[in-house]
Amino acid sequence: MSTPEANTIQPKTSTLDMSNLLGRMSGSQTSAPFTVCLEAKNLNLYYGTTRALIDVNVQIPKQQVTAFIGPSGCGKSTLLRCFNRMNDLVDNCSIKGQVLLDNDDIYHQAVKVPLLRRRVGMVFQKPNPFPKSIFENVAYGLRTMGVKNKKILSESVERALNGAALWDEVKDRLDSNGLSLSGGQQQRLVIARAIALEPEVLLLDEPCSALDPIATAKIEELLVELKDRFTIVIVTHNMQQAARVSNFTAFMHLGEMVEFSDTTTLFTTPKSERTNDYITGRFG
Amino acid sequence: MKEWIKSGTPWIWSTAGGLAVALVMVFGVLWMTAARGLPYFWPSQVVETAFIEKDGSKIRLIGEIREREEVAVRRLVESGFTIPGNEKFTTRYLLKSGNRDVAGFDFKWYPAPLLSKFTYPDNVLTVERREWGNFYGHLKSVKENGVVVANGDFALPELQKRVERARKLFDEIFRIEKQEIGDVNFELEKLRLKERKLQLAGKLDEAANQSIQNQRLETNGRFAEIQSRLDKLRAEIGRDTLSAEVMDGKVVDVPLSKVSEVYRANSLNIGDKIGFYFRKLYAFGTEDPREANTEGGIFPAIFGTVMLVIMMSILVMPLGVIAAVYMREYAGHGMFIRVIRIAVNNLAGVPSIVYGVFGLGFFVYSLGGTIDQLFFSEALPAPTFGSPGILWSSLTLAILTLPVVIVSTEEGLARVPRSLREGSLALGATKAETLWRTVLPMASPAMMTGLILAIARAAGETAPLMLVGVVKLAPSLPLDGHFPYFHLERQFMHLGFHIYDVGFQSPNIEAARPLVYATAFLLVLVIVVLNLAAVSLRNKLRENYRVLEGI
Ligand SMILES: Nc1ncnc2c1ncn2[C@@H]1O[C@H](COP(=O)(O)OP(=O)(O)OP(=O)(O)O)[C@@H](O)[C@H]1O
Ligand SMILES: [Mg+2]
Repeated sequence: MSTPEANTIQPKTSTLDMSNLLGRMSGSQTSAPFTVCLEAKNLNLYYGTTRALIDVNVQIPKQQVTAFIGPSGCGKSTLLRCFNRMNDLVDNCSIKGQVLLDNDDIYHQAVKVPLLRRRVGMVFQKPNPFPKSIFENVAYGLRTMGVKNKKILSESVERALNGAALWDEVKDRLDSNGLSLSGGQQQRLVIARAIALEPEVLLLDEPCSALDPIATAKIEELLVELKDRFTIVIVTHNMQQAARVSNFTAFMHLGEMVEFSDTTTLFTTPKSERTNDYITGRFG
Repeated sequence: MKEWIKSGTPWIWSTAGGLAVALVMVFGVLWMTAARGLPYFWPSQVVETAFIEKDGSKIRLIGEIREREEVAVRRLVESGFTIPGNEKFTTRYLLKSGNRDVAGFDFKWYPAPLLSKFTYPDNVLTVERREWGNFYGHLKSVKENGVVVANGDFALPELQKRVERARKLFDEIFRIEKQEIGDVNFELEKLRLKERKLQLAGKLDEAANQSIQNQRLETNGRFAEIQSRLDKLRAEIGRDTLSAEVMDGKVVDVPLSKVSEVYRANSLNIGDKIGFYFRKLYAFGTEDPREANTEGGIFPAIFGTVMLVIMMSILVMPLGVIAAVYMREYAGHGMFIRVIRIAVNNLAGVPSIVYGVFGLGFFVYSLGGTIDQLFFSEALPAPTFGSPGILWSSLTLAILTLPVVIVSTEEGLARVPRSLREGSLALGATKAETLWRTVLPMASPAMMTGLILAIARAAGETAPLMLVGVVKLAPSLPLDGHFPYFHLERQFMHLGFHIYDVGFQSPNIEAARPLVYATAFLLVLVIVVLNLAAVSLRNKLRENYRVLEGI
């Protein structure tokens, strides 16, 4: 836990001079100081007639940790779920605008959603392991891909559990039920389950809200490590957490993307009044 | 008072009271059927006494006391008895005197004041016969081809030896009749159908005809050979007779070919009795019925019931689960699906006989008739599937129990947390994969609950079966050694119908009454066993998918 500050330094310096170009009008910029992995362009989302996302423009940098903060109900989860089309499951939800993954529109009709979701993994607020063995939990995605070879499966499972810093704790009990783990272990199991598919992007929606500080610390440590292999987007209510783990931070309010910049800038010299009010605790 | 009501005490008392009533009723059912049915197999003492007839003459009675009850003396007087003394009530006994072929009756009520003292003579012989029910009497002699071979004290050991011999012969005859002749008949029928089929197809040429005739000749030859063997055995088994003095003093000959068991009930010790009891109980569960179902066992009925329920389960589960999955997972929330859901729920309330009528009209006549025309035309006009049978019965029961399976499965599906479905979808599983790999396994305990309810309803159902496949006596089981082993078109016996038949349709209701209770007890037992099997399966599944409580 002593390293996150150091981790955030590198992008900070590289984007310092460009930071004025980031922010709420980030969609207008022509080039970014980082490789863009995910991008939302004029994204509007309606639940029935209520507009939950309003002209959202944001670019998520590759192999960095990006945090979404904002008051409850501002649309963080909604935006996150747009990135792997989880909102397709919501009955009366309609979407206008574009979401680009490596410059391809993921809402294009030719896109195969299951394949997309393998590229963009997701971890939910509450750990939701399947009522299966630890091994089967991690192997679940691979099995749906049709992998049957025992050796490949067990290698991938071990790699994923190692990646989620859970291997040492469960290597002797891979056959026991995933639900027999503690909450923090379950959340790491779910992360292992997601990274077993080697996705490009990992979306995490308040992954630590159900965990105690020690488990939270473990997950945060993990995220910083995983950043080297994946692009990570995390929704959090905990501003310390955002400051600790993320390289970039986006502030949302009432469905709008108010400000997006590198983490230090956003927390030290926010451009928007609303951001300032929020991070100083005046609302939200 | 108000305080007391507020405290909730009366509420607790009334809930506990409700439970108590329910328990009393459940145990009442079990206790009554067990208490009245199970003692039937205990070897009863044989009473010897005398009775003063209405005309004043005194006759000897031998038999088993089957029941006693209090009656008003006035009623007895009205029916012509002269009862000494001036009591208002007295006892009367139901005596099973057996020997129906000799006396013309075997059960009769006698008022106690007209009976002399009961004695239990050691040497009274109880003879269980395969026809005409029990026989009671004092053994006089044993005869071989009409010549006395043993009498006096030597009669009983000799008799027991010869009864054993006759029983072995009987078993052999039974086996030959059932299996060998059954095989021959089966082959002859197959030949006939083959011939008819070729004829219908216009392919019955000289060569084919010749070969069929040859086969038929050969089979008929085998039949004649079996017949001659049988004749010999029948002559053998008819060799011995016993002669005994019955209650009115006559000496009667009983051929041993009809005897299944002889014993002196009054001189059995407790060990003998217990052995006897369990032998009888076992025979009841494993033997075929005899004597218009009033004697012998009920094995075919047990077998039919269990097979029916299993087939019903195999049919209803996939159907119900698929329907529920469609309604819960794929259909929208529109008017149409709402109407369907209401209809399904209401189907559960349709009287079962209506399903029977439907099964007869649709399955048996329409579906079965069509199948016959398409695939079994050579057997027409005799129907194959176009007549009631176990397949149609289990299908009818499957439809009858479909609503419970659908409703329970739907509830199970609804209880699978959304978070788990999303978890699966987020890993790139399609909706179908999510269903197969996560949702359905987790809903499986609920499906089992549906199955348990379905079994509970189906196993006891009798009325619709009378229309679509049950018979009072089925010549053969729906599962046997002849290809194709499962004979789904066959009629079958069923415990529920057996109870009805034995209790209310039999020529000898008094004799059959304990059997009604014993059969009822067994039916309950079968249902309990089937249910326990399903429950233990469900518990195992629950163990595996315990999450639901957690999330
Ligand atoms: N399925 C839905 N149907 C209708 N409205 C919804 C649905 N899901 C979310 N909303 C609405 O959309 C808005 C944004 O919700 P969202 O869940 O994205 O907020 P959030 O920022 O994640 O909040 P929190 O921090 O509390 O999780 C809210 O006003 C919410 O009421
Ligand atoms: Mg949220």
